[in-house]
Amino acid sequence: MLGFRFFKNAILYVILFFGVTIAVIPFLYMFSTSLKDQIYVFEIPPKFIPEAPTIQNYVAAWGASNFKLYFSNSLIVAVSTVILVVLFSSMLAYVFARYRFPGNSILFYSLLITLMIPSIVYLIPEFILIKKLHLLDSLIGLILIYTSSQLPMFTFLLKGFFAEIPRELEDAAKIDGCNMVRIYWQIMLPLARPALATVCIFSFLFSWDEFVVALTMINDVNKRTLPVALMMFQGQYFTKWGLVFAASIIAILPMIAIFIIFQRHFVKGIATSGLKG
Amino acid sequence: MKKMRNKKKLFLEIYRNKHIYLFILVPMALFLTFVLYPICRSFFMSFYDWKIIGSSTFVGFKNYINAFNDPILNISWRNTIIYCLATVPGQMIFAMTAAILLNQKIKGRIFFRTLYFLPVVTSWVVVSFIFMYLFNSQAGLINYILKDILHITKQYYAWLSNGKSALFIIALLGIWKGIGWSMVIFLAGLQGIPEELYEAARIDGASQARLFWKITIPLMRSTLVYVLVMLIIGSFQVFISVYIMTDGGPMHQTEVVLTWLYTNAFSYLRFGYGSAIAVLMTVFIFIISIMQIKLLSKPVEY
Repeated sequence: MLGFRFFKNAILYVILFFGVTIAVIPFLYMFSTSLKDQIYVFEIPPKFIPEAPTIQNYVAAWGASNFKLYFSNSLIVAVSTVILVVLFSSMLAYVFARYRFPGNSILFYSLLITLMIPSIVYLIPEFILIKKLHLLDSLIGLILIYTSSQLPMFTFLLKGFFAEIPRELEDAAKIDGCNMVRIYWQIMLPLARPALATVCIFSFLFSWDEFVVALTMINDVNKRTLPVALMMFQGQYFTKWGLVFAASIIAILPMIAIFIIFQRHFVKGIATSGLKG
Repeated sequence: MKKMRNKKKLFLEIYRNKHIYLFILVPMALFLTFVLYPICRSFFMSFYDWKIIGSSTFVGFKNYINAFNDPILNISWRNTIIYCLATVPGQMIFAMTAAILLNQKIKGRIFFRTLYFLPVVTSWVVVSFIFMYLFNSQAGLINYILKDILHITKQYYAWLSNGKSALFIIALLGIWKGIGWSMVIFLAGLQGIPEELYEAARIDGASQARLFWKITIPLMRSTLVYVLVMLIIGSFQVFISVYIMTDGGPMHQTEVVLTWLYTNAFSYLRFGYGSAIAVLMTVFIFIISIMQIKLLSKPVEY
């Protein structure tokens, strides 16, 4: 019996490690290529471990025209969006979880129904709107669009969380004369901290990684965010894979770091509310 | 008289709740301006020959009629459906396998889960680059393995220059990147099945396969339907990988619905036509979503 158990586990591990190979080898290969000098990038046979590893690609990518600027554009957009999304979606969620008022269900269902509509579907009118508002080529335009389009999803997530918080604390606060804003700020927000953390993480990743809107709304070279900048970078140096991959790795490093640090929130966010990674 | 009183009551009610409206004013205004209004406008625009400069003319259903007669749009729908049929079952089968394996009592579960999830968190742009390099025709790893190690192919193959093989690689990327997401949801579903059920069935002498088909699958039904629907909807929105790897080429052979929408709108500036494609896509996604609700509202049978 013990022998069978051992045998079964051995097979299990073999399959699991095979899966790991498939999942991770492309990344390792990218990393290894980013350490190669251009003369080794199209070498035959391709070598997994670079012969003369060099960090020259990273230096070149980081120093390449505007790369630091793109990094900081992405950071500005992502951080601003996270702050606005956390604030606004929790406000909406709190109101929809606790208050009944004329128009309440119509507003909530309008939020809910947009969850089913992919954002690329309204990209054209969005483009016209942003153009009319003179927000093309502006990071503010991106922040407004990202915040608004993320609101329905996170409002829905937080509403579920708020609805489960017992009302006793609020009732006690109301008796003590607390108004709505103070209850929201001093009672509900602190209690919702774990859910807010999930919102922060996903909102950051969505904004950091967003491609289509940024591609459409930004033409000015100096206003690009990383995903679009990377694409342009690849178009410019399309055979210099070492350089392209070094830039790519710098760009995805924050995402990978956040994912590894906040794993628990991640898995929970996906498993309980189906947030798409 | 009664109507008047009701109206008065409504106004009174609104007045009484004014602090609530004030509280949600800014977030709601953002949502209405940047999400709901463009969605409605998109529907509206699809009936116009829309011009950025100058006046637009109402053309009725002309954009829709053009959409049905557009040979490239037909190719795009076909490719999108192929992508859906390849990636949805692909992701589900691999994800279910991984979830079942990781649901065993073994060491290093979190280690495996983390690594399987890595492709999900990586940007679409970057994973598209990786696949372009892996499959490149000059010295790509895949070509090297196929020709020089396994001797399956006779020469290095330009995977992305041929419509069929390019589509194959786009689908392969879709499966590879998506497995981790479904896996995490399946894993949560599996952990919700009480162990006693399996034990009871084992005592009755049920085989592993029987346990899977008679307990796991029925009890995971809502999870499976949910993932199925999300993946179908997601697969119809395939865009970035195609845009980066082939941009619909060669000769529109790898065009998918959203790349063709994007090209029409932002290269040819045919905003009305692009909106019509967008509306067709929305209708399709709505039908799928409603089917999910219908399917899930049926009671589970054992």
